[in-house]
Amino acid sequence: MAATNGHNGVGLLEKLGKLDNGKPPFGCIQCGLCAASCPLGPAMEYPPRKLILQAMAGNLDKLLTSPSLWMCVSCYACSKRCPRGIELAEELWPALRDAAMQAGHQPPAEIQETFQNVFKYGNVLGKSPRQRLQWAKDLDVRVLDLSREPRPVDVLWLVGCYPSYYPRNQVVARAFARIMTELGVSWGILGTKEKAVGECDRMFGEEGLFETLVEQNRKMFDEQDFGKIVVLDPHAFRALQSFYPRFNAWYPVQHYTVFLEEYIEQLKPLMVKPVEAVVTYHDNCCVGRRCECYDPPRQLLELIPGVKLVEMSSNRDDSLCCGGGGGGMWLDAHIVANGGRRLSDERVEQAAATGADTLAVSCPYELSRFEDAAKVTGLEGKLKVRDIIELLAESMDLGERSIA
Amino acid sequence: MSDQDVLVLAEARGDALADVTFELLAAGRELARATGGQVLAVVLGPNGAAHAPALAAADRIIAVDDPQLAEYSPEPFASALREVVEAEQPRAVLTASTSIGWDVAPLLAARLDAPLATGCQAIRPDGDGLLVTASFCGGKMLAECRVAASPAILMMLPGSYRPTDETGKGELEQRKPAAPLEPGAIAFEQWIYPEAGDVDITQQDVLVAVGRGIQQQDNVELAEELAQALGGAVCASRPVVDQGWLPATRQVGKSGMIVKPKLYLALGVSGAPEHQEGMKGAELIIAVNTDPKAPIFDVAHYGAEVDMLDLMPALSEAIAARKG
Amino acid sequence: MNIVVVVRQVPDLIEPLEIVPSGDALDLDAASFILNESDDHALEQALLLKEAGGGSVTVVALDFGDVDNTLYTAVAKGADRIVKIACDGDTPPAPRDSAAVYAEAIKPLEAELVLVGVQAHDELDGGLSPFLAAALELPYVGVIRGVKADDAPGTVAACKEFPGAVMARMSVKLPAVLGILGADQPPRYVPVSRIRGAMKTAQFEESAATLAAGELLLSVSRLYPPAPATRAEMLSGSEEEIAGRIAEILAEKGLVK
Repeated sequence: MAATNGHNGVGLLEKLGKLDNGKPPFGCIQCGLCAASCPLGPAMEYPPRKLILQAMAGNLDKLLTSPSLWMCVSCYACSKRCPRGIELAEELWPALRDAAMQAGHQPPAEIQETFQNVFKYGNVLGKSPRQRLQWAKDLDVRVLDLSREPRPVDVLWLVGCYPSYYPRNQVVARAFARIMTELGVSWGILGTKEKAVGECDRMFGEEGLFETLVEQNRKMFDEQDFGKIVVLDPHAFRALQSFYPRFNAWYPVQHYTVFLEEYIEQLKPLMVKPVEAVVTYHDNCCVGRRCECYDPPRQLLELIPGVKLVEMSSNRDDSLCCGGGGGGMWLDAHIVANGGRRLSDERVEQAAATGADTLAVSCPYELSRFEDAAKVTGLEGKLKVRDIIELLAESMDLGERSIA
Repeated sequence: MSDQDVLVLAEARGDALADVTFELLAAGRELARATGGQVLAVVLGPNGAAHAPALAAADRIIAVDDPQLAEYSPEPFASALREVVEAEQPRAVLTASTSIGWDVAPLLAARLDAPLATGCQAIRPDGDGLLVTASFCGGKMLAECRVAASPAILMMLPGSYRPTDETGKGELEQRKPAAPLEPGAIAFEQWIYPEAGDVDITQQDVLVAVGRGIQQQDNVELAEELAQALGGAVCASRPVVDQGWLPATRQVGKSGMIVKPKLYLALGVSGAPEHQEGMKGAELIIAVNTDPKAPIFDVAHYGAEVDMLDLMPALSEAIAARKG
Repeated sequence: MNIVVVVRQVPDLIEPLEIVPSGDALDLDAASFILNESDDHALEQALLLKEAGGGSVTVVALDFGDVDNTLYTAVAKGADRIVKIACDGDTPPAPRDSAAVYAEAIKPLEAELVLVGVQAHDELDGGLSPFLAAALELPYVGVIRGVKADDAPGTVAACKEFPGAVMARMSVKLPAVLGILGADQPPRYVPVSRIRGAMKTAQFEESAATLAAGELLLSVSRLYPPAPATRAEMLSGSEEEIAGRIAEILAEKGLVK
């Protein structure tokens, strides 16, 4: 695998561009499994296989100016299927995008704004950093803001941008705070000082922005005394687990599904209210396909009395991406304008086809993406989209009354 | 001529006067009543005298003509206005916050070393000076300012005064500058009109306006569907047009179109003063914005604090249901 | 073409504005600062002109707010020189006073074209750009959306925006000052690594220009936020309920038949 520190994009690109001896990068055998696996491949001018082929031929300019460069949503399907284990999603795409931006090619306008928001305000939504704690206003459990009251805790919880600011996700943040408190976890947050972890920036090739965030976050984390970091966002998990260590920033980190799975025995007696629902679970790409962690979310759902768990035809490593990764949250217009499918629309239809009335998710992006998709596909009212945390909280009688 | 007079710069657009000119005249009348002075309307250009009847709210209408005033360019306009102001010595000079106002008012202030206030919403005398209420910070803050020296050059925010039925003496004076005006280094070349073919939003009874809250280009489709259900058209605030998501012909506001539809449904539009200028005259304004403090709610008749993206499909459906 | 761009820091309106206890000024300690939007367009316009016809872009700013970041970003985007003007105290001067100091800093730069955003939202005695033109004794036109090099040497063609999406093409003999409303293209995105690179390599030039407060022509006696929304009758409930209520209102007014 390519060296991956600092501006690895440039290094990787040089490597690709200089391959004139006919030997393909990383031992690619041009088998095409990557392109065939890519949910947006058919709409791409340069799907993964062609990307490598053109790079080998030295046609980098073509790649860097093609709209298909901004169509990857980091679902990891290509990397997963590659028989040579090439890290297409985490290395090749970001490197090429970095190179394109370095050469002055403009990424789609919406994602430019997102990057600027992260750079200026430390959150993807462009909200005031001072209002980052708004989700916890009038919350009925104590929220320890370590940036004001530093003290040792077991869990440093990174709330994340969407759960901090976006009303639909704030419900999930509040429920998680109640669950952790109920479980007696010693936890704290960084309050208004918390910043985006930067996974989407890294995956989109915004290396410099990611590096800036790593520096800022590392400084903050190092000021605190905690056992591990817990995140709601699978992307943040992946970044802290795999990309931060490249900058010598090592922190034990868990996605909340894995974290809560350790409390299963403790959770069991707390499940006091049945939740009558036929539930199908959508595997997110980072914790699921990339890290092959498929069971903890299902185990948590099975804890809930009344829940009947059913599987979609494509699940686990074959799960269809919601389309929101790798900056995809801000690429919908670009992808559709270039003939790409609306992945979240397809995914809610797959969910409904199981007969489920509830689509359970474990990623902050997915709530709004799938709820929007349900509206567009006429499934509104038939298919609820709920975070696992909401379902657990409801069964623990810790849910919010305003939420159906 | 009196140092209590109020001078108003009238702006002609084509054969007619700009709507905002009548607001300036109303502001001028109110101020002149308080100061005991007269209202002077200055109109620059070859057809100035033809506008005299429409400027009846003024006591004196000063039409200045010169070959250099045939089309707008800053130097001749500023010079011609300066000559009138120096001759008449008014207490205040009112211009609109328009493309022309933003050139000539500060140029005049700089040359006369006179005070300038922008974003003015209200003016009243205060001893020898004037007290001005001005809007700034995108309409989020108001400032009460004291303007000491005469003449005070005031740029009025459109929509601050309602046109008046009051009339003045309406005496027309036609003038030429003392010396023919110099063309200046900046010369008008030609008008560029927006490409024909798009919907004329000024002619629509129903407008669905989208602002930053639209978030993404493909959400414009939802607005189009809603507009279709309502039998109207989609228009936008400047940020949406700047993104290239809708053509400039759909822009409402100071630098876009001035619209007066029967219904203006403002979705995700914060309602900066520049935008309000373009839509305040709508008969019914309904605003939808997630920010309860959005200034759009100050001009709306009805408001709702929800996400426009959630509301649009629901509203399309509710309208369809009503139609049966 | 030798182009000078003036960029200003303005309070970021995503934060609530606060007023000092004396009530007559914004509390700038409580504010965070961003680049004034139309100045960002002025910079973009300058870069586009340079890319089309060569020359250099010098960016001039008062040393205030988050100015370093703004200037490094300008270098990362392609600006050639960045000039800072020392700014004592924690309050930037009013536009009219600052015009003189900008003019002093700009004069030695021998600019053929000076571009400034036409408006900054925190100005009350508005229009730095025309005051700057007056101080430099250069011709001025503002509310410009788009500037192109002209066929005739020593001139540019500027499009001045009028209501109704109508533009007036103006021929501008240089040197001149233009008040920019919008560039021919939206301001470009520059990756953060380039900004970080600029932080390591770019050199500020310090201008010797000094501020002198002018005669006080406009004094603020009181600041206050506009009265909260009073006119709009707020509809509440779920999206469906609000949608239903709006449909009802429209039906009452005969707007849905």
